[in-house]
Amino acid sequence: MTAVTHEVDVLDVDTLIESSATRTIVCCGSGGVGKTTTAAAVAVRAAEAGRTVAVLTIDPARRLAQALGLEEMGNEPVPVPTVDRSAGGSLDAMMLDMKRTFDEVVLNHAAPDKAQQILANPFYQAVSSSFAGTQEYMAMERLGQLMAERVDGRPRWDLIVVDTPPSRSALDFLDAPKRLGSFLDGRFIRLLTAPAKVGGRAYLKVVSVGVGAVSGAMAKVLGAQFLADVQTFVAALDTMFGGFRERAEQTFALLQNPGTAFLVVATPERDALREASYFVDRLAEEGMPLAGLVVNRVQMTYVPSLSAARAVAAAESLDDEPSRSGWSPADSAALLRLHADIAEQSVRHAAAVGRFTASHPDIAQVQVPSAAHDVNDVEELRQIGESLTGA
Amino acid sequence: MSDRRPTSSDWAGVRLHIVSGKGGTGKTTVAAALAMALATEGSRVLLVEVEARQGISQTFDVPQLGEEERRVARGLHGGEVVGLSVDAKAALMEYLQMFYKLGRAGGMLERFGVVDFATTIAPGVRDVLLIGKVYEAVGRREGKRRGGDRTYDAVVLDAPPTGRIGRFLNVNHEVAGLAKVGPVRQQADSITRLLQSPQTVVHLVTLLEEMPVQETIDAAAELERIGMRVGAIIVNQERQPLLSPQAVATLREDPDGTTLLEKDLGSAGLRVGPVLTGGLVQTGLDLGDRLELEAQERAEIARLERPTYHLPLLRDGLDAGGLRELADALAGQGICANQDESEGTAG
Ligand SMILES: Nc1ncnc2c1ncn2[C@@H]1O[C@H](COP(=O)(O)OP(=O)(O)OP(=O)(O)O)[C@@H](O)[C@H]1O
Ligand SMILES: Nc1ncnc2c1ncn2[C@@H]1O[C@H](COP(=O)(O)OP(=O)(O)OP(=O)(O)O)[C@@H](O)[C@H]1O
Ligand SMILES: [Mg+2]
Ligand SMILES: [Mg+2]
Repeated sequence: MTAVTHEVDVLDVDTLIESSATRTIVCCGSGGVGKTTTAAAVAVRAAEAGRTVAVLTIDPARRLAQALGLEEMGNEPVPVPTVDRSAGGSLDAMMLDMKRTFDEVVLNHAAPDKAQQILANPFYQAVSSSFAGTQEYMAMERLGQLMAERVDGRPRWDLIVVDTPPSRSALDFLDAPKRLGSFLDGRFIRLLTAPAKVGGRAYLKVVSVGVGAVSGAMAKVLGAQFLADVQTFVAALDTMFGGFRERAEQTFALLQNPGTAFLVVATPERDALREASYFVDRLAEEGMPLAGLVVNRVQMTYVPSLSAARAVAAAESLDDEPSRSGWSPADSAALLRLHADIAEQSVRHAAAVGRFTASHPDIAQVQVPSAAHDVNDVEELRQIGESLTGA
Repeated sequence: MSDRRPTSSDWAGVRLHIVSGKGGTGKTTVAAALAMALATEGSRVLLVEVEARQGISQTFDVPQLGEEERRVARGLHGGEVVGLSVDAKAALMEYLQMFYKLGRAGGMLERFGVVDFATTIAPGVRDVLLIGKVYEAVGRREGKRRGGDRTYDAVVLDAPPTGRIGRFLNVNHEVAGLAKVGPVRQQADSITRLLQSPQTVVHLVTLLEEMPVQETIDAAAELERIGMRVGAIIVNQERQPLLSPQAVATLREDPDGTTLLEKDLGSAGLRVGPVLTGGLVQTGLDLGDRLELEAQERAEIARLERPTYHLPLLRDGLDAGGLRELADALAGQGICANQDESEGTAG
């Protein structure tokens, strides 16, 4: 198959994989573009090239999870038996369990009795399982934990590939943890907890009238018990690790490490590529190392030399031919129209990619053809991995 | 197994149509088309979005919607579609004013970040506020008296995606940790009554792909568990198979038997060679693979035994004409039959 090619640097995932300096590969992009698939494909390829790899997936499609041996939801890495280990590498796969990850943070940082208190707190339960941003926050948290795992004093994995949560916007992965952090460190929550702190009194004096009215109104709407739960929760977390925001910033800093490589994934459509270009610009601003753009699910044609218009014209000329038993001219015409459809789509894709290239000429990119069906097994992941070398 | 064909009385009595589905499958588009289809002669349909993404104004290509309800389109048959983008903060302020006559304290709440707090993090409050607004619109009548005409004949809600829909609609459970009495709680109870009544259905939009179908199945089970009725399954972006099943079978049986194909290509004036013939055959085989997978997904959908509607993939994207085409398809498949009998008794 051939695609329309552009004069840009080719992103070759093998260069990343082969360099032992690459310790983390993060796959980002807007919803449904193929982040999970790309992460799995890169991980399989790296393992088969001899690296000791862990892949952290988030909400993989059921069949892909099965292909990776992840029948059960597992926050712990399990070996993927189907990868070829002859080059000396290995692959462990896992799915992010955000509630478990959050619980572990609490268990690891708080005294046992206090930890149980927090885990039972209804406010904690809501925040840890459903608040927007928790998944992003916990993905970063889990990544930090994996990077820190040691066996015999050496890192347990020499490459960690991370998928990112499904969200509307790719930027959420970078922004949501901070947002959640600032929120939990926010003014109202501080006010609620202020009386519990040393020095809170003076502060309280100045604003007490306001606080009284505000808390009163909130208590009426939400119930006094609820406010009390929030207070306990925030106070408990505070003593645990002096602020969520700080912690989010620490994990964020890990990503600025030169051993990290970001792969921005997009489909060859306007919206996805627009998201990708915001994300690329943002990575540059934050000083985060971008490896390049993966354009996934690009429509390819088997007969690039036959244009859509020419194929349709040929099909039309067959419409008048008398029909035959077995394969008839109408079937030949149908094949030509099918090709025309695909050729048109492939021209649209090329144009969308071309617009991205024009605005970001120095970003390396690689195109992955759209497979005829969903990607569900290791063999199909190998094929995607092969495409990711730009070969 | 073929899917359940809609009948003309499926949605008789339904006043609140909630549209969900996996992200990106076409919820906003389908909700818009549905609202147009429901807006028959002389009727008014309210189309509501709750994620503040301006999906409605973009879909209809009209200026951004604020807190006011504004006409965004004419319905298919002379009715009108009114758009509303509900904002949780505005809903909270409106709500506090209504119940507490807060006056200046309202501004204070905003300054202290309380409004932010209540609308983003307090579990469930945000959802109760958003659905509360929808609830209010469903029951609203012209004039002050209870006997006045209904303001809207139907309300269509462009709802959160399947991953969040159960939690979003399960307001009662959501506020369980909150006040046991008091206005939020009472509001939640009335909302739940409406949501569980025959006046409400949740339609699920899907594509013929593994993940959207799987999420549809999961969501259907979850909705039933929380006492809600699953309405239609709407298969969006369907592609017409260009090649007949017999032609696919012929290609599969003998991919190398290309004599007749080559003869046709030659008489159509094309230069015949292995790239052309082999390429076209492979194109046909790929389509065969895809159709087979789609058939599997169709069978999964059929197992849900819900009325199923089919919408074509519009090649030229979605302009005003495209939206009408989708609305027409829904109407043609019977989604708005018996609209006139739908006047029920709302809570
Ligand atoms: N190159 C490809 N060809 C065909 N199908 C593909 C390709 N890449 C991904 N897919 C399919 O597209 C769907 C979405 O892919 P995937 O789950 O990897 O996306 P994602 O970006 O992780 O989505 P989300 O944002 O929901 O997490 C899956 O069904 C997958 O099998
Ligand atoms: N039948 C169709 N034919 C062609 N394009 C369509 C069709 N339905 C939807 N689309 C396009 O698909 C894209 C996604 O549709 P839409 O925004 O309605 O999905 P959504 O489910 O509301 O997405 P989100 O989860 O982001 O809210 C849009 O660009 C829309 O124009
Ligand atoms: Mg994913
Ligand atoms: Mg939408």
